[in-house]
Amino acid sequence: MTEQPGADAWRLVVNLPSERGSNRQVTDQLLEQLGVHGWPPADIFAIHLAAEEAIVNAIVHGNKLDPTKKVHVECEISTAVVRMSISDEGAGFDPASVPDCTVDERLEAPGGRGVMLMKSFMTSIEYNATGNAVVLLKHRS
Amino acid sequence: MPTHKRIDAAKIGEVTVVRFVDKKILDETGIQELGAELFALVEHDNRRSIVLNFENVDFLSSAALGKLITLDRKVKAAQGRLKMSNIRPEILEVFQITKLNKVFDIRGEEAEAISAF
Repeated sequence: MTEQPGADAWRLVVNLPSERGSNRQVTDQLLEQLGVHGWPPADIFAIHLAAEEAIVNAIVHGNKLDPTKKVHVECEISTAVVRMSISDEGAGFDPASVPDCTVDERLEAPGGRGVMLMKSFMTSIEYNATGNAVVLLKHRS
Repeated sequence: MPTHKRIDAAKIGEVTVVRFVDKKILDETGIQELGAELFALVEHDNRRSIVLNFENVDFLSSAALGKLITLDRKVKAAQGRLKMSNIRPEILEVFQITKLNKVFDIRGEEAEAISAF
């Protein structure tokens, strides 16, 4: 199976301001293009969720809503593969340090589920060593 | 009853059935307003038997889960009961991945949830 979208894939490269809601300009286009490329609804839900979680994490936790910082987003969509790369200008984090919210004593904790959902819904998710950039890949079901 | 922007709340007997106005529950402002309206049902209106009907909801992000968890805790603390119904498969998967299906009382259809009180 192709690991990367091909040369004929739809591409989007954008720098988003670190403000709540700025991710909409990416997710709206992403959803439209997933439809154009015939992706099934369950996959669209998964990719939408992962994009939402990753970009909001970058804006809120990575750049901490700092107006001088940007979130860099690259999306590539083909009929078989979606690849999204999201990076922020923050200090990064260790994804392994996020507490497991599925253990009984943390089941009712209010946050910390975004990374877990991305891992479950995407084919692969890979952070850089600093933890301020993530690449998300989804193969069509 | 106070005016709601994010939910429709109807009383069916002793049970309050809540439907969501937004198909996508994801933006911060909407989630804060949703949380405030849900919490007011318990803390202001003293509702103790609540069904959340997700029929209208196509999408929710992890930020919305926090509000649902807090609502569940508030209802339980007030000796009430919260049930959820009409959840589409992808959102059910979100609850299963996060194991919130062990915390929430999830039913199939609204009528089943109402009759379970």
